[in-house]
Amino acid sequence: MTGARTATPRKVLSALFVFACALCVGLALVPLVFVLFFVISQGVQSLNVDFFTHDPRPVGEPGGGMANAIVGTLILTGLAAAMAVPIGILSGVYLSEYRGSRLASAVRFAADTLNGVPSIVIGVFAYAVAVLPLRHFSTLAGGFALGVMMIPIITRTTEELLLLVPNALREGALALGATRARAVFTVIVPAALPGIITGVVLALARIAGETAPLLFTSFNNRFFSTSLTQPISSITVQVFTYAISPYEDWHRQAWAGALVLVTIVLVCSMAARFAAARVASIRGR
Amino acid sequence: MNKIVMRYLAVALIAALAAACSGGNTEPVTANSSSGSGSSQSLQINGAGATFPYPIYSKWFSEYNTLHSNIRVNYQSIGSGGGIQQVINQTVFFGATDGPMTDEQLKAAPGPILHFPTVLGAVVPVYNIPGVTAELKFTGPVLADIYLGKIKKWNDPALAKLNPGVTLPATDVTVVHRSDGSGTTYIFVDYLSKVSPQFKSDVGVSTSVKWPTGVGGKGNEGVSGLVTQTPGSIGYVELIYALQNKINFGSVQNAAGEFVKASVDTVTKAADAAAPNIPADFRVSITNAQGAGAYPISSFTWLLLYEDPKDKAAGKAMVDFMRWALTDGQKYAADLGYAPLPANVTMLEQAALARIKVS
Amino acid sequence: MRSSDFTFRVGVGAFAAALLLIVVAIAVTLANDSTLSIQKFGLGFWGTSNWDPVAGEFGALPFIWGTLYSSVLALLIATPVALGIAVFISELCPGALRAPLIFLTELLAAIPSIVYGLWGIFVLVPAVRSVETAMPDSLRALPLFSGPPLGVGMFAAALILAVMVVPFTSAIAREVLRTVPASQREAAFALGATRFEAIRAAMFYARTGIIGAVMLGFGRALGETMAVTMVIGNNPQVSLSLFAPQYTMAAVLANEFTEAADALYLSALIEIGLVLFVITLIVNMLSRVLIWSMARQAAPRPAVLVPRGAEA
Repeated sequence: MTGARTATPRKVLSALFVFACALCVGLALVPLVFVLFFVISQGVQSLNVDFFTHDPRPVGEPGGGMANAIVGTLILTGLAAAMAVPIGILSGVYLSEYRGSRLASAVRFAADTLNGVPSIVIGVFAYAVAVLPLRHFSTLAGGFALGVMMIPIITRTTEELLLLVPNALREGALALGATRARAVFTVIVPAALPGIITGVVLALARIAGETAPLLFTSFNNRFFSTSLTQPISSITVQVFTYAISPYEDWHRQAWAGALVLVTIVLVCSMAARFAAARVASIRGR
Repeated sequence: MNKIVMRYLAVALIAALAAACSGGNTEPVTANSSSGSGSSQSLQINGAGATFPYPIYSKWFSEYNTLHSNIRVNYQSIGSGGGIQQVINQTVFFGATDGPMTDEQLKAAPGPILHFPTVLGAVVPVYNIPGVTAELKFTGPVLADIYLGKIKKWNDPALAKLNPGVTLPATDVTVVHRSDGSGTTYIFVDYLSKVSPQFKSDVGVSTSVKWPTGVGGKGNEGVSGLVTQTPGSIGYVELIYALQNKINFGSVQNAAGEFVKASVDTVTKAADAAAPNIPADFRVSITNAQGAGAYPISSFTWLLLYEDPKDKAAGKAMVDFMRWALTDGQKYAADLGYAPLPANVTMLEQAALARIKVS
Repeated sequence: MRSSDFTFRVGVGAFAAALLLIVVAIAVTLANDSTLSIQKFGLGFWGTSNWDPVAGEFGALPFIWGTLYSSVLALLIATPVALGIAVFISELCPGALRAPLIFLTELLAAIPSIVYGLWGIFVLVPAVRSVETAMPDSLRALPLFSGPPLGVGMFAAALILAVMVVPFTSAIAREVLRTVPASQREAAFALGATRFEAIRAAMFYARTGIIGAVMLGFGRALGETMAVTMVIGNNPQVSLSLFAPQYTMAAVLANEFTEAADALYLSALIEIGLVLFVITLIVNMLSRVLIWSMARQAAPRPAVLVPRGAEA
């Protein structure tokens, strides 16, 4: 009846279950370790000064690099942020300030929808809207596609964070006679700003790794270019082009490019989380 | 209040910096080319299309850029189908294809498009059979049957008969073809349709066909990649891809009954038969050419230019480039496994280039 | 309302409306540009397998088959693992391990798809190929395993998709489990349940939310493009075999979009994009409804569910 020390079938089952769950964690970590191991070991071999300072050379000539692609990715993410941050943050403000309104429900639904749209479909949309009418593959079109993907992420993060700001702050501001606008922009948003910036950085890290929407918007460019109306290279598209090629040299560069991508994403994620954790601990939340 | 303002200013400053870095050249530009202000007057011209000539085009554009540092031609190899479509859409300034545009495609374009042959190339059957390093012999009908899925194993009697000295294993044949719209495909199926009536009726001739069997790779690069990585596979790629990646490729029986391996020489012989009668618009197929020593799966590859381009500066730059390619550029062909154009063809092209309205 | 408040509301509302506008624009553009194909083929588009650009015949059955098959397979592999992880992190692991484990699983989500594709081509595909070659002939006779051992094919695609789906499903499942009231577990323990039984009770309570989490993973798998394109073999055929090279809707868009050389071809491809959009829309909507309804049932306060993007 007591069964406190005997291994009843139920207890064995429970122990097995716990073990199975731990195994799942291990299983998930295997591909992670595998991928990171390969990216680092293969990529490090090809990372040299040439890689960061040279543009691609013709097939068969050594010494090529991905300088134009790295700059291209920076420009594209910058453009995307320039478009998505204002729309995203202000939409988040609207969603948190006017929660119950019909527009807010519709916008919330739209944001969730947009979050789930496959990136290739967004690429098709951006092609139809930003490339075909202008008869141009361009950096702007690529930035637009990436920006569209960023908006819902920033919107929802901003909304959630603004809701977490204690009501006392809002009430205090309004009690002191501030207009709604002033209360929001001078009290509430700054209170949530560290978290919002974290969200923006995480969103940037995510879209820096996107390939599909760039395939038919920013296309690709063999040369170093900063023009907004010309096609531009990007690390992701370049890695794709190199990966499916038969040239060993290009394969090595693809691994190096992947390493750079993974590093950017990791550094941004870790920095953002570290900052968020510090802010949370300072605020004592 | 000041602290808040400072914070917003900081964020705005960062955003402005980001925008400034990407500001670059935003002057009004004409379609697909850009001119910088100031003394450099650099011109960037965008083109896209065939992967077949990509090795020599990338060499040419790089050399031309060394000679004329203000002209930058950005060529992306996305397949002939892509090249044709993008030049019709005018999202690129010029296209490149190894399968000439059909009459319908030409009608769909907003203005007349001219074809200019640039080099001659060969499509070779590459294979990766574990344990077999010998050079295999193929005939057109046998290749057609492999791609129709009728020959399924490497030790099939039809293949064994052609290669009596080679021990072919009982491995399954993995057929590799293009997954994208391809001029290389066009050349290959054009040839197969000429030698196999069943292939012609079942599959047909186009840049993008419905393959009865096989795996798809993107670009000549993708097919080469798949073949090198898949034991028991067969694919078709441009000669230089087989040479550069050291993939085994076989010889093919030509119309005269000889087994010919692709080379600069044998491809030139294939063009010699057709050169005297080349049509005015340069659209001609030279597969299954008559004549001794001709390689049967050879083809011209063409650059597509509008007769009346909107951007005159880019038009003039491309005409100048073509004149260079037809003369000095031909020197680079042989090293990369392409055959230079026959002399009478280049002469006719120089004349045709004058049709492009550059002013 | 004071006039400045009104300006504020309108001003900020305009930006919010812009978001709405974008989504509507996507739907409208896709629908508009696929009318040519819809008019010509109607519903038959989705029933025929004949994808023949030469003849102008477009049947998209292989793509929808490939998309659904690969995503369902990925779910079968990923769901138990993801739920196991969620349970372990939220219920079973020592507190000190919690944060690092969460970080590691989110790392899985952060790795870009193209990097998975690169690893897929050079590491996973050869590994799958050796597994396929090592299979005994008796198994090979089954339709599930028939076909030459290429390495590229449905199995490799399903594996990569599973790896990419696991972090999403586990993150949402973790959140869902967090909202289960402590009283549920405490009651179970009070009645003498083992850890397994208590967790089972909690999971039963959270079942709608967990189904929602699984569906979210499904939605993610449906739309994945790059990693799948690089390992699935790109052959439009309907096949049960795990070894057969097949094709998904997202992959065909990536490969053939720039070359659709006539209006009908382009329209057919855009129709595929439209259907992909609609399917992912429905799946995501359903999943969020499930998660939201479960959260509401569990806690009177509004549950703060961190959106996918911010976790990545």
